[in-house]
Amino acid sequence: MSERPSETSAGADSPSTPSAEAGGCEGCEAVKSGGRRGFLFAAGTTLLTVGGGLAAVPIVGVAIGPAEASDPNRWISLGKATNFKTGETVLVKFTNPWDSPTDGDTNQNVCYVRCIDHQTFQVFAVTCAHLGCPVEWFAQSRLFMCPCHGGVYYEDGARASGPPPRGLYEYIWRVEDGSFEILGGRLPGLQEST
Amino acid sequence: MKSSGVIGKTLGWVDDRTGLVAVTEHAMFHKVPRSAKWWYVFGSATLMFFIVQLVTGVLLTTLFVPSAAEAYQSLVYIDEKIPMGWMLRALHGWSSNAMCIMMLIHMTQIFLHGTYKFPRELTWVAGVALCVTTLGLAFTGQIMRWDANAYWGLGIGAAIVDRVPFAGNWLRSVVLGGPDISGATLSRFFALHVFILPGTAIGLIGLHLILVLKGGISEMPKVGQPIVPETYREEYESRVKKTGVPFFPDAARRDMVFCGAALIGLIGLAAWYGPFGPGPVPSPTIIEVAPRPDGLFLWLFAVLALLPPDSETFLILVGPPVGIAFLAALPFLSPRGERAPSRRPISVIILCIIVTALAVLTWLGETSPWSPVMKAWTSIPTPIEYVRHRSPLELQGAIQLQYAQCRNCHSIGGEGGKRGPALDDVATRLSWDQLVRQIQQGGGNMPAYGKNLSSAETEALVAFLSTLDGGSLPARIPGAMERQPGRDQSPTADPRADIGDDSDADAELDSDTVAAR
Repeated sequence: MSERPSETSAGADSPSTPSAEAGGCEGCEAVKSGGRRGFLFAAGTTLLTVGGGLAAVPIVGVAIGPAEASDPNRWISLGKATNFKTGETVLVKFTNPWDSPTDGDTNQNVCYVRCIDHQTFQVFAVTCAHLGCPVEWFAQSRLFMCPCHGGVYYEDGARASGPPPRGLYEYIWRVEDGSFEILGGRLPGLQEST
Repeated sequence: MKSSGVIGKTLGWVDDRTGLVAVTEHAMFHKVPRSAKWWYVFGSATLMFFIVQLVTGVLLTTLFVPSAAEAYQSLVYIDEKIPMGWMLRALHGWSSNAMCIMMLIHMTQIFLHGTYKFPRELTWVAGVALCVTTLGLAFTGQIMRWDANAYWGLGIGAAIVDRVPFAGNWLRSVVLGGPDISGATLSRFFALHVFILPGTAIGLIGLHLILVLKGGISEMPKVGQPIVPETYREEYESRVKKTGVPFFPDAARRDMVFCGAALIGLIGLAAWYGPFGPGPVPSPTIIEVAPRPDGLFLWLFAVLALLPPDSETFLILVGPPVGIAFLAALPFLSPRGERAPSRRPISVIILCIIVTALAVLTWLGETSPWSPVMKAWTSIPTPIEYVRHRSPLELQGAIQLQYAQCRNCHSIGGEGGKRGPALDDVATRLSWDQLVRQIQQGGGNMPAYGKNLSSAETEALVAFLSTLDGGSLPARIPGAMERQPGRDQSPTADPRADIGDDSDADAELDSDTVAAR
């Protein structure tokens, strides 16, 4: 470190710099001055920037990759449509369409299926639209209740009372060859379309 | 002498090569104000608990498996199979709480004494950053206890992130490491809890301590000795030079006593109460859970219940950053002037309001009166005095009250949910028609049961509710009991009578009870 000033003053390939008197930095002057030292500085800066940028590709890629992944929703079969009884709302388990070896039980999921008749269903996420706590279905009062902040929903998923800003999230469903399927995979949230 | 000579030479050699001995000597023996006494021990205690966290945390990482498939089992294994493993987890959990409490007391003292003013602005800013980092460690630590609370707590965190305008869904996927809570989520929070946040904390603690040494430990505030930036440094140094004492051992004695006592207290708490959790298994398919945050975040749980729904998203997203920014900006808003609390009444009032608000919100979070008691309708009996001498219709209504889960939100006899008003004296507040309307149409945070109850069920329910007149209070609104033909003439037991004594039920038919009606 202490050798640098003397090198500057003795350097033959650059003019002496009055930076100290002017209050600027000697390094800055060296960059401006061009020549070998200026070239090395510019080359170093460029190489580090390029290297850093290249290293950032996998780093940022893995960090934000999950958000950039393709739509994880897939059609998931919940069994035969005729398994559901008209007028009943039941909790149904299913396996997420994507998983990894470390997911354990978290690759399982549940939803409420309301069978209005065997042609018409509603499928609700169990997560409260307020802050995501699991809502519980009470067949006697035909209400869904949230244990956290007291959100209540009617059997058709509409908000009944409490803090939720909307009704329960719904999955898109279809009946294919007698199989009842929902389009699932992504945790439902306020910014989902359903 | 020879030995000390060798030590001296070695130290000299190390200092020559590193300069660390001189720095350490300065840190240990620099002069501090004589007035720095017991108020000043909380920062040291926070640091001590952080060191406990580091040591126990490093050991826990050798035992904990950060995989959603095995984390829960590894925690159970640590508790049950590893010798003293439960104690290690207990120390880590209790030390986390102790560290947060000490940090908050330390911050309170710094605020109260105006220590954040010139020239210690950046010491305060580093402290605010440490506070945020520590709370982040506490939250992510709760996730490491991979149980149902952790799983659904992540769901709550995801729901909050999801509220960020435009980028919410994208951001949520980044936080969760995927489209839903999964093994990747635990891995991300493990990295945060074990690498990123502790690394940040170590860096910030280093900066904080360097700044403490640079600015000097503050004196106890004195009335009439305001901070004048133009002259403060000179005056402070002159006073400390004249009357100060070396940090070690003079000032450090109190730190050592307090930290030693706190450490023994921590070990006692950990040994007595054991580790926190893990609670029920973290399965998305088990939904009969009522997620609650740890004690430190109960106030937040209360805030999320009490905020008006219209402004909730705005306040959730804007409130914390604005609050943190205001805290960090405090020394720049008020860099000079009196430090003594008696000369800073507004600061004292603000502090009192904040402390009271946090205490009340924490208590509310603990009792959570807004949460339905999900099993009340099956688990809590109807007080016998409320059903004694009731007509069949009223008894049917009492059953309906349980069966329609009314009890989940309303209490009778002191038991049941607190979300809605207690029903013990509902007949003194609402007439028959008002009860019918309230049940059918809802309102005031109650769902409408119009489509969910038949008219016969509603009639039975109202018949029972109209007997709940608080015992000694007459129904204030005419028309409640009278709607049942002949019911107003019937003997009704005083609900307060014979509590816990069923044997003489018939005695309540005596003339005194009837006369009281």
